[in-house]
Amino acid sequence: MATATLPTPTTTAAAQRTGTRTIKVEIKRQATPDAAARTEKFEIPYRPGMNITSVLGEIAAEPITADGRETTAIAYDANCLEEICGSCAMLINGKARMACSALVDKLREGDEPITLAPLSKFPVVRDLAVDRSVLFQNLKAVKAWVPIDGSYELGPAPRQFPQIQEQRYPLSNCISCTICMEVCPQFNDSTNFVGAATIAQVKLFNMDPSGAVLKEERLRALAGDGGVQECGMAQNCVAACPKQLPLIEAISDVSRDVVFQQVKDLFAR
Amino acid sequence: MATTPRIIVVGGGLAGLSSVIKIAEAGGKVDLFSIVPVKRSHSVCAQGGINAAKNLKGEGDDVLKHFDDTVYGGDFLANQTPIKNMTAMGPAIIDLLDRMGVPFNRTPEGLLDFRRFGGTLYHRTAFAGATTGQQLLYALDEQVRRHESEGKVTKYEGWEFLSAVLDDNGVCRGISAMDLRSMEVRTFPADAIILCTGGIGAIFGKSTNSVVCTGSAQAALYQQGAYYANGEFIQVHPTAIPGEDKLRLMSESARGEGGRVWVPRDKNDKRVAKSIPEGERWYFLEEWYPKYGNLVPRDVATRAIHKIVYEHGMGIDGQPMVYLDLTHIDRATLNRKLEGILEIYEKFVGDDPRDVPMKIFPGMHYTMGGLWVDFNQMTNIPGVFAAGEADYSIHGANRLGANSLLSCIYGGFVAGPNAMNYAKALPAQAGDGGHSAEFSRQTQLNQQLLSSTGSENPFKLWRELGDTMTRHATIIRYNAGLAEADAKIVELQSRYKNLNLSDKSQWANTSFAFARQLANMLELSRVVVQGAACRDESRGAHYKPDFPERNDAQFLKTTKVSYVDHAPRIEWEDVDISHIQPRPRNYAATA
Ligand SMILES: Cc1cc2nc3c(=O)[nH]c(=O)nc-3n(C[C@H](O)[C@H](O)[C@H](O)COP(=O)(O)OP(=O)(O)OC[C@H]3O[C@@H](n4cnc5c(N)ncnc54)[C@H](O)[C@@H]3O)c2cc1C
Ligand code: FES
Repeated sequence: MATATLPTPTTTAAAQRTGTRTIKVEIKRQATPDAAARTEKFEIPYRPGMNITSVLGEIAAEPITADGRETTAIAYDANCLEEICGSCAMLINGKARMACSALVDKLREGDEPITLAPLSKFPVVRDLAVDRSVLFQNLKAVKAWVPIDGSYELGPAPRQFPQIQEQRYPLSNCISCTICMEVCPQFNDSTNFVGAATIAQVKLFNMDPSGAVLKEERLRALAGDGGVQECGMAQNCVAACPKQLPLIEAISDVSRDVVFQQVKDLFAR
Repeated sequence: MATTPRIIVVGGGLAGLSSVIKIAEAGGKVDLFSIVPVKRSHSVCAQGGINAAKNLKGEGDDVLKHFDDTVYGGDFLANQTPIKNMTAMGPAIIDLLDRMGVPFNRTPEGLLDFRRFGGTLYHRTAFAGATTGQQLLYALDEQVRRHESEGKVTKYEGWEFLSAVLDDNGVCRGISAMDLRSMEVRTFPADAIILCTGGIGAIFGKSTNSVVCTGSAQAALYQQGAYYANGEFIQVHPTAIPGEDKLRLMSESARGEGGRVWVPRDKNDKRVAKSIPEGERWYFLEEWYPKYGNLVPRDVATRAIHKIVYEHGMGIDGQPMVYLDLTHIDRATLNRKLEGILEIYEKFVGDDPRDVPMKIFPGMHYTMGGLWVDFNQMTNIPGVFAAGEADYSIHGANRLGANSLLSCIYGGFVAGPNAMNYAKALPAQAGDGGHSAEFSRQTQLNQQLLSSTGSENPFKLWRELGDTMTRHATIIRYNAGLAEADAKIVELQSRYKNLNLSDKSQWANTSFAFARQLANMLELSRVVVQGAACRDESRGAHYKPDFPERNDAQFLKTTKVSYVDHAPRIEWEDVDISHIQPRPRNYAATA
C-alpha cells in the first residue's frame, strides 16, 4: 500500500525554478524602524492556489532577488493562515487586506507585478511587520470586558435570547487586524481617533447583560478628544473589513449613546 | 519565599490565559510571555465547540458519560483521574465562559444550544457559530487585559521562551527568553513557570495548526530533563481542505450538524457531485458504522477515508479526496451554525459549500502527546508546570472533538493554583539560581548560529523534515518507514550544523528565530518517530498494519521519553485505570 498518505510540503523552489510560470513581486522593505525604505523585486515560481503568505515563504526558502542578488527573508506577521488571527494585514497592490486570504490567482492582471507594502499608519518594525499595539491600548481604555466577580463557580449566566446573541456575535468576530483604522481618513495623529474596531467593541460589551454595568464609563471614554464624534462617515471601514463587521451601525449606535450620556451627565452635575 | 509569588506563564492560548486568571485572582504576580500577541494565539482557530455534559436537551447525559466517552475514545491510554476531574468541571467552565460574555448560540428559550460531535451519542458541544475558539480566547483575553490594567499581569508579547533557568538542584528559578525585535536574550526570575505553548504541527510541514505551533518550547524543556510522553500519538483530522501552504480544517461540526461523507459508487463516475443520484453514492462511514455514522471518532474516520482512497482506489477523480456534503441542509441553518467555516472554504477554494459538496482529505491536526505532567500539572522538573495541548494528559491515544478547548481551560485552572501553592512553599534560592549560567549558554548558542557559514537554508531543511514526518509518522506506520524517518532526521541534524543564515542582522530577524526553533523541532521529531517505532501495536491514532490489534498486556503504558546522550531514551509507565476497566474499542458495533 502507498505510504504517501497526506499531501506533503512542496518540493524545493530550486526544483521548481525549471518550471515555466513565475510571479513578479515588488516589496517595500525597511531594515529597522528608522532606516530608509527601498523596494526589492522578486520573481518566484508559480503554483496554483498560492496566497501572499506562501509567496513570502517561498522567498524565505530562496532569498534571491529577480536580478540574482542574495538578500534576506522578508519580515512579516502571520500565524493562522486562515484569516482568523488578524496578524497578516498589509498593503497588497495598494489595498489594505489580509495576506493569507489574498490569492495570487485573483490578484494578478497579466504579467503585472504584485506590490506589497506595510500598513501606512502604524510604525514599521521591519519590512511588512508593523506595530499595532495601539489597538490593544484602546481596548484597555474603553474597558472592553465583562467585569465578572471571579472565575469561581457562580452558576449559569443570565438567559439571553437568540436575537441578542445574533447581534453580538458578528461584533465579536473582530480579529483586531486594524484595517478599519488604516483605511479611515480620520485615523491620524491630529485627531487621535480611536477607530471603528474599538467603537464596535464598546457596543458589544454594552449589549452584554453583565457587561452593561460599565456602559457609562465606556461611553464617557468615547466622548472626549479622539472619541466617536471624530468619525467623518467616510464608510471606508465597513467596505474594507475582512470580517464584514456592521461597523457603521455600531458607530451610529454608540454615537447616539454617547450624546445621550453627555446630556445625562450635564444634568447630573 | 517571596511575599508575593511570582509566576511566569509561557503561552497565551486558552491554557495560558486560564492559568493567568487563576493566579491573578489568587493574588500572585504573573509575567505572561508569548511569541504572538496573545489575542492572535492558535486557539483562535478552533471552530466547532467545547464539550460539557450540561444535559440541556433532555437526553439524560451526565458527566460520567462524558468521562466514559473520553476514556473509551482515547483507547484507554489516558490516566483516568484527571479525565474524571475535567469532565466533572465541564459544566461550571461553560457557565463561567457564558458569564464572561462568550456569544454562545442559544435556544429560543434563551438557554445554551448544544450540537453533536464525534465519539458520542449526545448533544454535548456548546458553540459560538463556527468560531468557538476565537470567542473563548477573546473572552479570556479580555479578563486578562482587565487584570493587566490592574497591574497584576505584565505581558511580554513578541518574546520567545528559550529555556528554563534551573538551579544546582535542578529546581526551576525562571526562564530565558529572546525579544523577537531586538533579539536581546534575557533571563527572568520566577518561583514557578507554566508552559502552555500549544501544538507541534510544524514538524509535519503542513498541518491544520498555526505557524508558531512548532513545539520548540516543549522540545527545549525535554532537552533540559523534562519527560515527553506519548509523543507518537498524533491526530490526523479526517476532514481538512488540502492547501498549497496549509491544510485548513473543515470542522467536525460540519458532520455534527448533519454533514455526510461519500464517494461515487462508480470510481469512473465523472459527473458533477450534485447530479449523482442518491443510490449511486457510497456513504461509507454510515454503512460501516451504523450507530455513529459520520460521527465516529477521528482516527476511525481518517483510516476509513484513507482506505477508500488508497485500498479501494475510489478517491474523487482518482485524487486523494472524498466529498463532505452539506447541500441537503437549508442555507439559513448553515449560516446560523456554520458560517465561519463555510467562509473559509469559499475563500480558499472558491466554491460555495452550501451549493457544492466540499472536497476534503485527512490532515495532521493535534498532538495527544506532550510534556509529562502529574495530576497537579507539574512536570518532573520541580517548579515547571504545563497545560493545554503542550501536555500529554487527558486524550490518551485519540482526542475526541471539542475536548481540547475544555482540557486547555481545565489544565490552566489546575496548573495556576498549584503553581501558586508550590511557589509559596519554595525555599529561597542559593546564589543566582543558575541565571548567569543559563544566560551564557543561550548567548553562546546564538553566537554559534550567527557565525555559521555553511550552505543549508533552514526553511528548506524544514520542508524535508515535514515531508518525512508526514510520509512515515501519520495515518499508517511501518517500522521500516519509521527507521528511515529517524535516519533522515539525524541527517538533517548534521546538515543543520552547516547552516547558512542569509540574515545576520540583530533586528526582527525571523530566519534566525526560525533556525533556533528548527533545532528543537528536529529533536522533538525523533521523540515522535522513536515512540512510534517502539510501540508494536495499534491503538487510537497509532496504527501499524503489521500489528493491527491493541495489546494491553504489553502496551497499556504511557511512553515516557527522556533526553540522554543527545538521543531519546524510552521507558514505560503504568496507566491509571482506577475507574473504568479497559474494554475493546469498537465503533462498528450496533448495540
Ligand atoms: C483548525 C483547528 C480547529 C480546532 N477546533 C477545535 C474545536 O472546535 N474544539 C476543540 O476542543 N479543539 C479544537 N482544536 C484544538 C485546539 O484549538 C487546540 O488544541 C488549543 O487551542 C490549544 O490551546 P493552547 O492554549 O494549548 O495553545 P495555543 O492556543 O496554541 O497557544 C500557544 C501559545 O504559546 C505561545 N508560544 C508558543 N511557543 C512559544 C515560545 N517558545 N515562547 C513564547 N510563547 C510561545 C504562542 O504565542 C501562543 O500564545 C482545533 C485545532 C485546530 C488546528
Ligand atoms: S495569518 Fe492569521 S489572519 Fe492571516
